[in-house]
Amino acid sequence: MSAAVGSVVSIGGNVLSRWRGPILLVAGLLVLWQLLYLIVGDVALRSPLGTVRFTIELLGRDTFWPNLTETAKAFAVALVISIVLGLAIGFALGFYRLAGAVFEPMLVAFYSIPKLTLYPIVLLAFGLGMPAKIAFGVIHGVVPVALFTIAAVANVKPVLIKTGRVLGFGAFDMVTQVLFPAALPEIFSGIRIGFALTLIGTLLGEMFASQRGLGYMLMNAIGLHNVDIIMSVTFMITVFAATVSAVLLAVDRGLHRRG
Amino acid sequence: MNRAVKLATNPLLLRIAIIVALTGVLEVLCRTGIIDRFTMPPPSRIFEDLGKLLVTGKLDAAIAKTLTNCLIAFALAVAAGTVAGVLIHRSRLLREMLDPLFATYYAIPVFAFYPLFIIMFGLGDLPQIVIAFMMSVIAMIVNVLNGLDRVPPVLLKTARMARMSPVETALRMTLPSAAPHLLTGAKLALAYAFIGIIGSEFIMSRGGMGFEIAFAYTNFDNAIMYPLIVLILVISVAVNALLGVWERRILTRRGLR
Repeated sequence: MSAAVGSVVSIGGNVLSRWRGPILLVAGLLVLWQLLYLIVGDVALRSPLGTVRFTIELLGRDTFWPNLTETAKAFAVALVISIVLGLAIGFALGFYRLAGAVFEPMLVAFYSIPKLTLYPIVLLAFGLGMPAKIAFGVIHGVVPVALFTIAAVANVKPVLIKTGRVLGFGAFDMVTQVLFPAALPEIFSGIRIGFALTLIGTLLGEMFASQRGLGYMLMNAIGLHNVDIIMSVTFMITVFAATVSAVLLAVDRGLHRRG
Repeated sequence: MNRAVKLATNPLLLRIAIIVALTGVLEVLCRTGIIDRFTMPPPSRIFEDLGKLLVTGKLDAAIAKTLTNCLIAFALAVAAGTVAGVLIHRSRLLREMLDPLFATYYAIPVFAFYPLFIIMFGLGDLPQIVIAFMMSVIAMIVNVLNGLDRVPPVLLKTARMARMSPVETALRMTLPSAAPHLLTGAKLALAYAFIGIIGSEFIMSRGGMGFEIAFAYTNFDNAIMYPLIVLILVISVAVNALLGVWERRILTRRGLR
């Protein structure tokens, strides 16, 4: 009985110590936010409480939901394409060394160019709308997934690959039975970063190349200087990104510990 | 024969061949009208236009403004990022607090705060520099932390045995050991400084390359838009390549590559 209580307490302590950082972070950010609000005032900011209040009001408006679903749809499609395409590129370049040596530096270069500059080209190529923002999300998200996968596959122990060969695995079995499981922790880190960059890519695409969605709302609000909407939309995006990132980070750490 | 194979499998040569071939394909697609000229002029034409722009100096002021602002934001981010990284590395609590922030940071549209900074700092260059700094400083901090995490403990022990002062330890042990990561951080910081400056020029500004690109886009002026985009890409790839050479030199000297 006391042992059970002890373990419950220690689990409680564990959870608290594991979440101490994030809790302190959120508290710190809230304090900073409130202080900044007191300094700057209503002309450019809303208080944390005011933002939450307006966010709830916004969620009740019928006009808001089409924007949210538009962004969600674009982001979901872009994320799936980023991951699938990134894994395919990563496995191909990680496995075929020469192709990797040729193309990896090109991917790195592409990773570090300011892709936002390309928005007029994406617009001209895809037109104003869904395909343009999906494309924008993908060009941001696919590279980290590919780069992490290349590194992960290149780091798989040769003995595992040899074993696969001895067992007569074809390319498909090699990927699904050997490379993927062995490289999973690293690949997952890539997907985690790919998630964040696909999200910002989709939003930037909406800001500059769209007339619907949260990014468009944000851009429009910036133009009209509607502080309420700027604050609420940024707040919602941040909460969403932070929640998913925290979960992915926890899974990521778990995978790395296991490996 | 051996030499031919070696040449044919040289990654750098293959890379150049692929880029040349792709540019050629693009040229043909544009010339034959499969990609119509309102979407994109042929690459040869873009480079010709770029040459003209640079020779006439029509956009020199815009280019100088953007590059200067980028450089300021980049320098501030590298300096502040290094200091902040060292401080955060020393405190476990700070680290625990900030790691989740770093994991989320690049999914947040920092541009949303641009109006706030315009109100705080006026509609000059300063709000743009602040945005660019905010975007690039985190990349620097994250990579400084990565570098410091990977300093072999034996180096620090050696420093203690040699009774080095903290400054000496930093200069002779920690800094050289973490240098490759610092360079990675600098590369990313530069990319983000570019994104921050050009993005805020897109949104609201009175000049700069981003402003000119957006202006040319709304006026269907491909003779200005494409050369400017190519110029930005060429500059960022060139600077990255330079930093990459430096990085490789450090790694080679250490026998790591």
